[in-house]
Amino acid sequence: MLTYYLDLAFRSLKRSRMLTLLMVLAIALGIGACMTTLTVLHVLSGDPLPGRSGSLYYPQLDPRDMEGYAPGVEPADQLSWTDGMNLLRARRGTLQALMTGGMVPLQPAQTNIDPFHADARYTTADFFPMFGVPFQYGSGWGAAEDDSRARVVVISSELNNKLFGGQNSVGKTLRLQEADFRIIGVLGNWRPDPHFYDLYMGAYASYEEVYLPLSTSRDLHMQHDGSLDCWGDGGGDRDKLEQSTCVWLQFWVQLDNPAAVASYKSFLQHYAEDQHASGRFARPAVIRLRNVQQWLDFKQVVPSDTRLQAWLALGFLVVCLINTVGLMLAKFMRRAGELGVRRALGASRRALFGQLLLESGVVGFVGGVLGLLLAFLGLWLVRQQPSDYAKLAHMDSVMLLATFVIAIVATMLAGLLPAWRACHVAPALQLKAQ
Amino acid sequence: MDIRPILFALRRHKLTCCLLVLQIAFTCAIVCNTIFLIGQRLERINLPSGIAENELVYIQLANIGGRPDGKARAAEDMAALRQIPGVTAVALPGEMPFDNGSNNMDIRINPEQHLATLSASQYFGEGVVKTFGVQLVEGRDLRPEEYVDLSDVFVMLANKQYDKLPNSTLITRAMAERMWPGKDPLGKQFYVGAGMPFTVVGVMANLIRPGSNQMNAGAGYSTVWPVRLTLDQGVGYMIRCAPQDRDQVLKSAVEKLKTLDPNRIVLDKGTMEQHRRDFFRNDRAMVGILLGVCIALLVVTALGIVGLASFWVAQRNRSIGVRRALGATRGNILHYFQTENFLLTTMGIALGMVLAYGINLFLIVHYELPRMPAMYFPVGALILWGIGQVAVLGPALRAAAVPPVVATRSV
Repeated sequence: MLTYYLDLAFRSLKRSRMLTLLMVLAIALGIGACMTTLTVLHVLSGDPLPGRSGSLYYPQLDPRDMEGYAPGVEPADQLSWTDGMNLLRARRGTLQALMTGGMVPLQPAQTNIDPFHADARYTTADFFPMFGVPFQYGSGWGAAEDDSRARVVVISSELNNKLFGGQNSVGKTLRLQEADFRIIGVLGNWRPDPHFYDLYMGAYASYEEVYLPLSTSRDLHMQHDGSLDCWGDGGGDRDKLEQSTCVWLQFWVQLDNPAAVASYKSFLQHYAEDQHASGRFARPAVIRLRNVQQWLDFKQVVPSDTRLQAWLALGFLVVCLINTVGLMLAKFMRRAGELGVRRALGASRRALFGQLLLESGVVGFVGGVLGLLLAFLGLWLVRQQPSDYAKLAHMDSVMLLATFVIAIVATMLAGLLPAWRACHVAPALQLKAQ
Repeated sequence: MDIRPILFALRRHKLTCCLLVLQIAFTCAIVCNTIFLIGQRLERINLPSGIAENELVYIQLANIGGRPDGKARAAEDMAALRQIPGVTAVALPGEMPFDNGSNNMDIRINPEQHLATLSASQYFGEGVVKTFGVQLVEGRDLRPEEYVDLSDVFVMLANKQYDKLPNSTLITRAMAERMWPGKDPLGKQFYVGAGMPFTVVGVMANLIRPGSNQMNAGAGYSTVWPVRLTLDQGVGYMIRCAPQDRDQVLKSAVEKLKTLDPNRIVLDKGTMEQHRRDFFRNDRAMVGILLGVCIALLVVTALGIVGLASFWVAQRNRSIGVRRALGATRGNILHYFQTENFLLTTMGIALGMVLAYGINLFLIVHYELPRMPAMYFPVGALILWGIGQVAVLGPALRAAAVPPVVATRSV
């Protein structure tokens, strides 16, 4: 029966080629545009560290003065040196790291490579175990290196490929800002997107090439990059950031269960109240403790243009579907005579309905396949764009499956109304008109 | 033409008519809002900067290892750059138009004010006004003797010697109008930080502030300060020359800087025009996407109209023949279908306007967009009327071509 219906469907589709082509094209365009934008949205709002991000928290405090204060105002986005160090030393989480971004001049020993600037992360020892960073060679450093301001560095695999041809470079020397550093680790393939732990370097920006202890970076007056927010007279002298009234550091803490989160929250609240009581914090003590996803939502990391494009494409799909419903209705009504004959010969309404729905399903399937090809083309076009997230736009299996489901469900829905109308044609009336 | 028979005939295909009207309505609503969004982006891309964009090139450098003699090095570099043939001015500013990094400060008109009047960008560096080509409309430029080194400013701030700080500053006309509307801003004071007063000595016609996000809070809110920078503190050298000399000057400048100190890295260089293009590349890409969707929508809708109109024409082949046999001219038939389409499109547009307004409200709430000006509604309506008439022309001509003899044939 199904093969017979399929045969009927193909015959009918072949009979009015133009109309079929129009319907298929409309669905394909709608699905293509929709899946392109939804895939980009899906990629950009992904979880940077699956399985781990739920237990990573970003504490916020408000050390600013009363200028511009209003009740309910959000605390500062980053931490000052004093608070960052206090939270780090308190060790109230399973693991915790204080960090910021920067740029360092790098002088390769190889004479054939010009000196260049490398993106750097100045951080503390727990960064690597807390974020589950994989290592190709060697490992990260420990608390001892943090305390002794050791000249040790961990490099990315890209930098290792560039400088050492991918060989094990652990133990070799790297010259950063006229100082010698010992390479102790080479990262494996690691690229959490978005760059959640420091959004000020660009949420989907390129990754750091060198990682070194925060204390060492301050010791050598290495350049700080990212956002620096000051208040009062905190002029922002970049060599005296430790004493300035500025926030510029990111702090992450790992809290493994709800009890740990609750106790960390009360610790933070007490800390803020103590600082307020001692006069260091002018504003009433307000704290925040957000996990990775909450932090990304709060900072609205997914570009609003991307959301807007997704809405636009959804609207486009709706128009394409309405278009298809109209055309299909026209097509089915045109065959009222044929359907009347079949009814008169004993076909049940159900059979007719099933046949017409199958026919629209075929249109949907073909439109979906074509739409998928268009989506691949669309994603390729997105990747040609200059924005820094463009290169991430690839379709995964989830979106591939979603494309087919959306395409077929959408056209079946579109076919539902015309099929229902068509099979309610009174056979007698049609026969008489002939 | 009498529209009553048309309406009567349309009632026989209520469902298809409703679908067509709905499709036109959605298209109209989306097209209105998309054109509005395109307009917004184009306005941003074409934002006037107030600087001599086609006369500027820049070189951003990084030194390997901090040098204690940064001030002398910068002076030496600039003296050398000025010697290059064709160069008219050189500056080492602290920030650059169409960069994303920026220094900003809160400004108060009254020291007791709790919330700031506005936030403005701070341009440091000697000779910024002259090099950028900023036009002064009132007052004077900053004088050489007013300039202070940034490192000295930090010392004064740390020691709270506020009276030693440079006192004069330049603001833009946009700032003046926001701070003292309708009044002469020259000689007026404003307050920064812990109530430190500064005096306005000159007003610039315009000077764009850097930073994408900051631009939304007043693209023309910029100040210029008599603060001198060293190479580590500045963003890079800005060089002004005649438009046709830019490539040559840029090349010689990089060479000269490399000879003065081979131990440095050129982070970035280029012309201001190209820097501006790069800054707005996301906006330009968005304009392309919006335009693409707009055209695709109109094409799909037009094809939908062609499809349905063809269906109706085919369905009414016989009655058209009868009408022709009874004396209707080809023109009558043509007009019939054109009027029918006009009526349907008008209904779609009417519904579309309501939808367009709704979508605009959604955008206002979720994307902080301004209200859509009323002029976009008639624009959208005209486009759809046009598309409808063009789309229906083919099927309508085919209908008009139906010979009266069809009436006598059996189907």
